[in-house]
Amino acid sequence: MTSTVSFLTTKPHLIVIGNGMVGHHFVEQIIAQSGHEVFDITVFGEEKYLAYDRVHLSEYFTGKGAADLAMTDGTLYDEHGVRYFTNSLVTEIDRAEKCLLLQNGESLSYDKLVLATGSYPFVPPIPGHKRDNTFVYRTLDDLDAIRACAQKVTRGTVVGGGLLGLEAANALKNLGLETSVVEFAPRLMPVQLDDKGGSVLKGMIEGLDVKVYTDTATKEIVDGDNAFHRMNFADGSHLETDLILFSAGIRPQDALAHQSGLVVGERGGISVNNHCQTSDEDIYAIGECALWNNRIFGLVAPGYAMAKSAAGHLMGDAGVTFTGADMSTKLKLLGCDVGSIGDAHAQSQGCKVFVYQDEISQSYRKMVVSEDGKKLLGAVLVGDNSYYDTLLQYYLNAIDLPEQAQALILPSMNGAPAALGVDALPATASICSCHNVSKQDISDAVCHGALSVGDVKGITKAGTGCGGCVALLKKVVDNELLALGVEVSTDLCEHFAFTRQDLYNLVKVEEIKSFDDLLHKHGKGHGCEICKPAVGSILASVWNDYVLKKEHISLQDTNDRFLANMQKDGTYSIVPRIPGGEITPDKLIVLGQVAKEYALYTKVTGGQRIDLFGATLSQLPEIWGKLIDAGFETGQAYGKSLRTVKSCVGSTWCRFGVNDSMTMAIDLENRYKGLRSPHKIKFAVSGCTRECAEAQSKDIGVIATEGGWNLYVCGNGGMKPRHGDLFATDLDDATLVKYIDRVLMFYTKTADRLQRTSVWMDGLEGGLEYLKDVVINDTLGLCDELEARMQHIVDTFQCEWKTTLEDQEALKTFRQFVNYDGDDTNVVFVEERDQIRPATDLEKQQLIAKVG
Amino acid sequence: MTMAWKLVCKKSDLVVGAGVAAMLNGEQVAVFYVPESENKVFAIGNWDPIGKANVLSRGLIAHLQNEWVVASPLYKQHFVLNSGKCLEEEMSVPHWQVKLEGDDVFLASI
Repeated sequence: MTSTVSFLTTKPHLIVIGNGMVGHHFVEQIIAQSGHEVFDITVFGEEKYLAYDRVHLSEYFTGKGAADLAMTDGTLYDEHGVRYFTNSLVTEIDRAEKCLLLQNGESLSYDKLVLATGSYPFVPPIPGHKRDNTFVYRTLDDLDAIRACAQKVTRGTVVGGGLLGLEAANALKNLGLETSVVEFAPRLMPVQLDDKGGSVLKGMIEGLDVKVYTDTATKEIVDGDNAFHRMNFADGSHLETDLILFSAGIRPQDALAHQSGLVVGERGGISVNNHCQTSDEDIYAIGECALWNNRIFGLVAPGYAMAKSAAGHLMGDAGVTFTGADMSTKLKLLGCDVGSIGDAHAQSQGCKVFVYQDEISQSYRKMVVSEDGKKLLGAVLVGDNSYYDTLLQYYLNAIDLPEQAQALILPSMNGAPAALGVDALPATASICSCHNVSKQDISDAVCHGALSVGDVKGITKAGTGCGGCVALLKKVVDNELLALGVEVSTDLCEHFAFTRQDLYNLVKVEEIKSFDDLLHKHGKGHGCEICKPAVGSILASVWNDYVLKKEHISLQDTNDRFLANMQKDGTYSIVPRIPGGEITPDKLIVLGQVAKEYALYTKVTGGQRIDLFGATLSQLPEIWGKLIDAGFETGQAYGKSLRTVKSCVGSTWCRFGVNDSMTMAIDLENRYKGLRSPHKIKFAVSGCTRECAEAQSKDIGVIATEGGWNLYVCGNGGMKPRHGDLFATDLDDATLVKYIDRVLMFYTKTADRLQRTSVWMDGLEGGLEYLKDVVINDTLGLCDELEARMQHIVDTFQCEWKTTLEDQEALKTFRQFVNYDGDDTNVVFVEERDQIRPATDLEKQQLIAKVG
Repeated sequence: MTMAWKLVCKKSDLVVGAGVAAMLNGEQVAVFYVPESENKVFAIGNWDPIGKANVLSRGLIAHLQNEWVVASPLYKQHFVLNSGKCLEEEMSVPHWQVKLEGDDVFLASI
């Protein structure tokens, strides 16, 4: 018996069947256009969850819960009066009566209907495919079942080596299974890659201990001898495995269309026009169930575009049509970069191909260009996706290729065309393909008052899908702002309309001693995580107070506040100073003893110190007490300050050393160890030009010569390495120290917040020559003052840990909890190579599961 | 409606302008003492859902666009002290009501 539900309303009734990503996006789109005021809207979802992010489904295995992946908790629907039902299956559409039949027997009338039923995983009809321990990879429920099974078995196999299959293989590997992939085609990712690309990818994946069988057909699945299943292959070989996961492609979920007589494609899919209308003008189909121009689009971005066009059409805007979508993809599979753009298989007429292959670093890149070599038609990338964004822009926007087009896929070398500037992109260039946001959309948003990437994201949704476009988005936003003549603010933050250098001068000239005073006189509001540490650093470099003084404590970043480096799990590392890398056996033994007593992970750092990891907050004072007693000092490893002075053994031991680099290194480290600087700084001293201490890659580099010391300044390692510039040659000890005093203090006074010495010097008008004039020729008449300020810092040095251990008030902040003596139970270690390391999320889950 | 107020610590256990961690019914709470604010004391969960560690009590307090927030010490996302809402991502951490009585700091679930 059926009952009919009707609503007391005069508004037409719009029903959406399916609440996946695309169905949800449709609802968002219709709400954005005030469609909830025009229609009564009802949504049916078959799963027990509301829409969730299927693109990031695998993250369900690496710590994200259903709530993290959820795209809505229903609030959006409630707020706009959209009725929604989960666990609800629609079984029939009666087009003549314009009503739906639900599984529970109810029927419901509609005026407009949107089918967003998606697709289902295709399971090849291999005999045995319905055995226990076989799965598909589509829903959160599927993943729960896979996880439950994986906990009991050791071997897993994915049938299908496409994009999703490889992602599923990654998931199986993360679940701790010995993993294999079986692909029917002669190569992996047959749709996106060519033969060569597929084979490079295969090599990389095999290197990760995943067995790959290509060109392999499974004849049947039967009981295994040593495992749950045995897969018998067509060529007579076989594979034993406990768990089988089918990922052999998707099929459109078009049962309702068949049942109700809508036009469907020969191989499935509900036929739609450019407005996403089906053969019944009151019924729309969007996403993976829809067939447009005889094509099914198995990506989320085209689904979103369809949702937008259907919503637009329903609201009377026929202008937003769906006219196909770009299927280029970029992804990381099992840690390997794979990118595919346009005509990856070079099938266009007359096209030509450039190929670059590097068997050593395992990378493969191919560009498919038009017959005249002017346009990019397609590309394949395996092993390094850093070329993808530029290539995609050339492709999507049909931009003329540069003269030496092949350089776009060659490793960078002199003369190569630079990456495409955002200026060169046409207004129609697609910046965010997930939400189909063009450069024009972004400049519109900026024109209407969006002044930051955050604002633009809020308005256009660009960058909020897969997130792959955020770097490009920022460039476009900055470029648009500049084009509008918007002054790029040099204010430190919303609390101070000054640069760091201004604030430094104010602090010094007005003798300001606290953040509150400075804020009161020159700022507004209450400060933030940008201005507080910056001012803390300025106060320290001018007055050199104890950083944990009551009025300074709230200014310190976590590392400065606890005088140790916070690691990813909330524990800390401990790095005592070892000037010049010289350490007595007794001290070395103490470090070993302390590490052993507290079970700390121990590592020699790149700067000749010893790093002890895994100390909890409350252990820090105890451990440091022992180290201070043994004669150690705080290593300032946490601060924006001098970290290390690396050295070789110089003339003391080395056959080639021409000067005593060790003594010089130790003296320099002790001299500058108390300096708070805009960024961390490193030194090195080499005893001869063999340069074993690598002094030229440091902020201050000193190299011994027959005639004294050569001084190099403003080099750095890190993200953008830069060699230091030769500043002065053959200096005696006193002159060397004098010059370093002046350079460092000039930098500390004038650099921006978190500006490295290299960037600072590049920003000085006149660069190196100007710096030489100031420091060597004293053209500004500043040198006496620079030296005096440095001498003040040297004279007022205190070991912060020593001061802290003597200060009961300061020690209080090192309690793990104010009201409880226990430890943080989320800190879990496992052993690797005889030492501790933080447990991964998965390991934690397993450890907790065992305990539970 | 009655609230179940729980005494967590003394005001003197707090750090001016910064946070401390406390344990409340087996749950980690980050308690912030902000004398310049109307509330004086705020309490939100100590668990940073992005960095995945119990560290929010060790972040810097900031005042951004008229809201008191803490910047996570790990990846610097901001969490509003009044509501636990994250400003950058669509997620929130729990928050508690706080009451000061003399030197005693009480919390209650919301």
